[in-house]
Order: sequence, then structure tokens, then C-alpha cells
Amino acid sequence: MKPYTNTMNITLNGDNKLLRDISSVADLLKSLDLPPESVVVELNTTIITPDSYNSAILAENDQVEIIRFVGGG
Amino acid sequence: MLTIAGTEFRSRLFLGTGKFSSSTVMADAIKASDCQMVTVALRRVDLDNPEDDIMKALSVRDYTFLPNTSGARNAEEAIRLANLARAASGTSWLKLEVTPDPRTLLPDPVETLLATEKLVKDGFIVLPYMNADPILALKLQDAGAAAVMPLGSPIGTNQGVLTDAMVEIIIEQARVPVVVDAGIGAPSHAAYAMEMGADAVLVNTAISIAGDPIAMAAAFAKAVDAGRTAYIAGMGQRSKQASASSPTDGKLSSDLGFLA
Repeated sequence: MKPYTNTMNITLNGDNKLLRDISSVADLLKSLDLPPESVVVELNTTIITPDSYNSAILAENDQVEIIRFVGGG
Repeated sequence: MLTIAGTEFRSRLFLGTGKFSSSTVMADAIKASDCQMVTVALRRVDLDNPEDDIMKALSVRDYTFLPNTSGARNAEEAIRLANLARAASGTSWLKLEVTPDPRTLLPDPVETLLATEKLVKDGFIVLPYMNADPILALKLQDAGAAAVMPLGSPIGTNQGVLTDAMVEIIIEQARVPVVVDAGIGAPSHAAYAMEMGADAVLVNTAISIAGDPIAMAAAFAKAVDAGRTAYIAGMGQRSKQASASSPTDGKLSSDLGFLA
């Protein structure tokens, strides 16, 4: 039996990422130094609004997209 | 005043925010242009550069933000981006862009119409980027587009309003504002579009890649004003036949034999 470790693999912006001690979208943004109001998050193609960042819990193999505005025409 | 979806705009110059050398230059150029509407795009956050946030340079209260769906290749992708844009901006303004071919970046008329129909139903204020097709403009208008944005020439080419004959028909028929978008490469191009009766123009590359983007933004502001003023003043008809500007009466016709 494997020892318990608080890790999981997700796909973040198209790349595989191993998360440690992260359970919610809010935790993830904090670990990435991203101010929550500066981004928009999609979890398995569902948009997560900022008021749900704490309650949105990540699971193994989740697809997460973190998006923001950039210059464009 | 230009009114789109109930919002009034004093300035008829809309600015794109792409390809500026820095956020400071972009913000200063926007200021110099005196514009009130700016477009932005949505992209994945560069996780190695979490500080790189364009919105820090722009005051949300000073401008109407018009997020675009650039990168979308079909209606489905555009609708996904539109929903993300609304979640990120908190407004429903949307420049709908569906460009399946990265080489030409020309808009897909069928997917653009499908996406417009769906997004209008979902409460978006949709300004579709479109080819300069008068029939398509009417269909988009009927689908509930808040304005139509026919292209002057392909995005980023600075070729000017090559589609002028079609844009004129679109302007003549439209019940919604017509914003000439894409390809406007010089202030004279912007003035030309405004002289034709366009309600506004959207400019990005011509300003952002100019030697002095801030001075160029100011030049565009003057050109848009000049073109609009000329349109309201009423332009003379074009003619192939010469028509003397000087009086034709009282000429010294018979006494000028020494000219012979």
C-alpha cells in the first residue's frame, strides 16, 4: 500500500502539473502568485466564478485553464 | 454622439491593445487617442510571468472594454471564449471574431452568424468582425448584432479600405452602427472610412507598431474627427466632367490674342 501523500496530477493550461498540498482553485491560484481577480478559471470546461474559488475542489486528472486578458485587436 | 447598445461614445476611434512595446506605451497611446473603447484578447496565463497583467495599466472605469474572441476557429470556440470573457470582464460587450485560417485571418461568415445568434440570445452585446458583405451585414443585424464591423483589408496589413464599394453599401443599409475594422494603416484611411459615413473605426497595428505610437494615436484622433466632420458637412458628388471653380462669366476671352 502506498503511503498517503497529498499530491495529485492535473492538466494546467495544457501541461501536466503535479500539485502538492493543494485542494481548491483558491489554493492553486495562491501557489501560482496569481491575484484571483486578475484571472478567470475554467475547471473541466466549466467556468468557476471568483466567489467559488474556495469551494471548487480539484481532483486527480482535472483539466484546469487559467486565462486572463492580454493585448489584442 | 455614437450610441451602441444604449452606451454613448464621444470618440469614434476604437483602439486595439495588441503589439505595443510596453504597457506604458499602450496606456499613453490610448490616452493620446482620446478613445473610450478598447479591445482586449483572452489567452492562457503565462505561468512563468504571473505579474504580466495588461489590466494593471488600464483603468476599468475610464474605458469600455471590448473583449474579442480572437483565436476562435468556429462558433463553438468563440462561444466558449465569449463566456470566459464575460466572466473575466463582468460585462457583456464582445467583439466576435471567428477566423479559421491563420494565414489570412479572414472571418468565417457562416460560423460568425451562428455564434451571433446564440450569443445575442445569451445576453451578449455582440459586435461581429465580418467580411465587407452587405447581405451578411443585414443578416447579422437581424440576428441582433449591436453593430457590424466590416474589414477594410486583412488584419494587420495596413492596406486601408480596399473594400470601400461594399462598405458604402453596408453603411447605406445599416440600422446599427458600422465600425470599419482591420487593415486601417494610416490616418488617411481612417478619415476615408469616416467620410464614407462609417460610425467609427477600430485601429490597432497602425498605432502600436508606429515609430511613435503616442503621436500616431493623436494623428488618428484628428483624422477620425476630420472625416466625421466632412461626412456631416456633406461631401460633393464625384464627377468625370470638369466643373470650373472660377467664374465662367466676364472672361477676357477675345482680348487675349497675345497668348496665341
